[in-house]
Amino acid sequence: MFTFTLPELLQQLANGLTIGCLYALVAIGYTMVYGILRLINFAHCDIFMMSMYFCYYFITVFSLPWPVALVLVVAATALLGVVIEKAAYRPLREAPRISLLISAIGVSYLLENLATVLFSGVPRSFPAVGNMQEMVEIGEVRVARLAIYAPIMMVVLLVALLYLINKTKTGMAMRAASKDFETARLMGINVNKTISVTFLVGSALAAVGAVIWGQKYPQIQPYVGVMPGLKCFIAAVIGGIGNIKGAVVGALMLGVLEILLVWRFSALSGYKDAFAFIILIAILIFKPTGLFGETFVDKV
Amino acid sequence: MKGNKRDFWLTVIVLTLFAALVILTQTGAVAFIDSYQIHILNLCAIYTILGLSMNLVNGFTGLFSLGQAGFMAIGAYVTALLIMAPDVKEQVFYVEPIEPWLGALQCPFWLALLAGGMLSAVVAFFIGFPVLRLRGDYLAIATLGFAEIIRIIFLNTQTLTNGSMGVKSIPPTANLLWCFGIAALMVLFMLRLIHSSYGRAFKAIRDDEIAAEAMGINLFKHKMYSFILSAFIAGVGGGLMASVVSAITPNLFRFTLAYDILLIVVLGGMGSITGTVVAAFVITAAKEWLRWLDEGFSIGPLTVPEIPGLRMVIFSVLLMGIILFYRQGFFGSKEFSWHGLFAFVRELPRRIGRLFHRDKKEAA
Repeated sequence: MFTFTLPELLQQLANGLTIGCLYALVAIGYTMVYGILRLINFAHCDIFMMSMYFCYYFITVFSLPWPVALVLVVAATALLGVVIEKAAYRPLREAPRISLLISAIGVSYLLENLATVLFSGVPRSFPAVGNMQEMVEIGEVRVARLAIYAPIMMVVLLVALLYLINKTKTGMAMRAASKDFETARLMGINVNKTISVTFLVGSALAAVGAVIWGQKYPQIQPYVGVMPGLKCFIAAVIGGIGNIKGAVVGALMLGVLEILLVWRFSALSGYKDAFAFIILIAILIFKPTGLFGETFVDKV
Repeated sequence: MKGNKRDFWLTVIVLTLFAALVILTQTGAVAFIDSYQIHILNLCAIYTILGLSMNLVNGFTGLFSLGQAGFMAIGAYVTALLIMAPDVKEQVFYVEPIEPWLGALQCPFWLALLAGGMLSAVVAFFIGFPVLRLRGDYLAIATLGFAEIIRIIFLNTQTLTNGSMGVKSIPPTANLLWCFGIAALMVLFMLRLIHSSYGRAFKAIRDDEIAAEAMGINLFKHKMYSFILSAFIAGVGGGLMASVVSAITPNLFRFTLAYDILLIVVLGGMGSITGTVVAAFVITAAKEWLRWLDEGFSIGPLTVPEIPGLRMVIFSVLLMGIILFYRQGFFGSKEFSWHGLFAFVRELPRRIGRLFHRDKKEAA
């Protein structure tokens, strides 16, 4: 099992890294929403799914040039995220957290059923964007251009996001709101607006993730978001939910480990999807709030 | 205690009438519903059982567990494989033969249900050790994860579960009598449990863990009891479901199945047994009743063509409405009582009167 060549290993690592970057883009959305609302946004994976359909419609059906289409996809997805927040989460601001969670489950249910009616359950094939699916050779390693673009895209967006959160006024408002709504309000922060911005950014990142995901797995159906959504959520939890850098580390770790497992133990490839959960549970047992999560102590 | 005596006899009379109705329908003495409606009623009863199982953990003990689908899968597969005849199993497992010992095993329905429930409970016991130390959302995700792991294992164990092709031709032993009998048994069991010292301990844990611990309640032990019992009930429910639907695949038990059950619990009211029973019937029946939406219909001049899936969209919109504007569900954490019913009926004219009275005031 330990006989392999270096190019083989690099090839697999490149694959793992691509998947990891995709996970990261979606995981950030989960972690940001959790950080500010303490809500597992079960609808995030369906926002991801809707985004894939938007892309299909803009490029394949309306045949727009792909750069224009991409901008429209990101805008439409961000809008969808904000609308969901306004309609389903804002009315429950003062409600117990469990109501919020159930509302998220309800939205997820609604979006999946809506997609089945609007787009039918027949799988659609995802359009190729630019030359991302083209294969290139670097030394002896043959990878799709995607494997180069995805990490670059992820790093650029991550740096931009960290800048937004740490250096701008909006980011400061986000950080304040994630500590305490009441105090943030007293400091003159518009909490509702801040939460909207969080959903906007998280959904936009999910849209970017969805487009790249579609290049690797070009099939769309109403439940396409469920598995990647779960994995990204797991990645966010592994990293310590609420922590953006943690989400990225968790996502990259999950992506690479998953690919390496399937590569080295191909007999276990049927258990690939279970593997993510096993890592998750193993980590939660030893670090109940994830790798970089804050530890909460209940006070009486 | 005149009221208690009256309530007792009312309960006995209503239950006897109900049991008689079920038995008569089952034996075909009164044929006022067809086999399709019987199927739906069976599902209603099964969802009642599943709802109770989830309400025990989520509503009464305050543990947000989403692992119900996994426990149902265990119960369903164990029951299915134990009640099928050996030669039928041989036919169903045509890709890879079934393990010989499992192929030869056959037992009566009640024993198979019990075995399914027991195995679920045993699995819950082992899952409980790592999982019940987690809190809130982390617990939800870990239990959901275990449910998915169980499903994925079932997808891959070809010689035990027939993998993704699932198990077909399960004998339809579960009839109205079985489903309603077990559902009634579970309701009685839950009522007894909730009013026992264990039930009080569960509720204390739900309301405040630290206070409960200070009162001398062993948190982990009681959470474990609740979790195991819930898994047992879910396993039995899964077993009944396997027999009612007659074909099961691992993908039937996706974690989203837990959402369906959760919606029943929430709609009925977290922590209300009455609520769960009512909501299980309302939701299961409503899903079927809304079927006309899929087939196309017309409202006045407006004609809506056939749109498959519209039913589920309307259903989810209704659910969202309830979640957003009617958060307590039908019953909150209240239970049905004869006293409450009589008081409600007595109050009814006055309530309606008040309604009109207010209208007049507003008009003026």
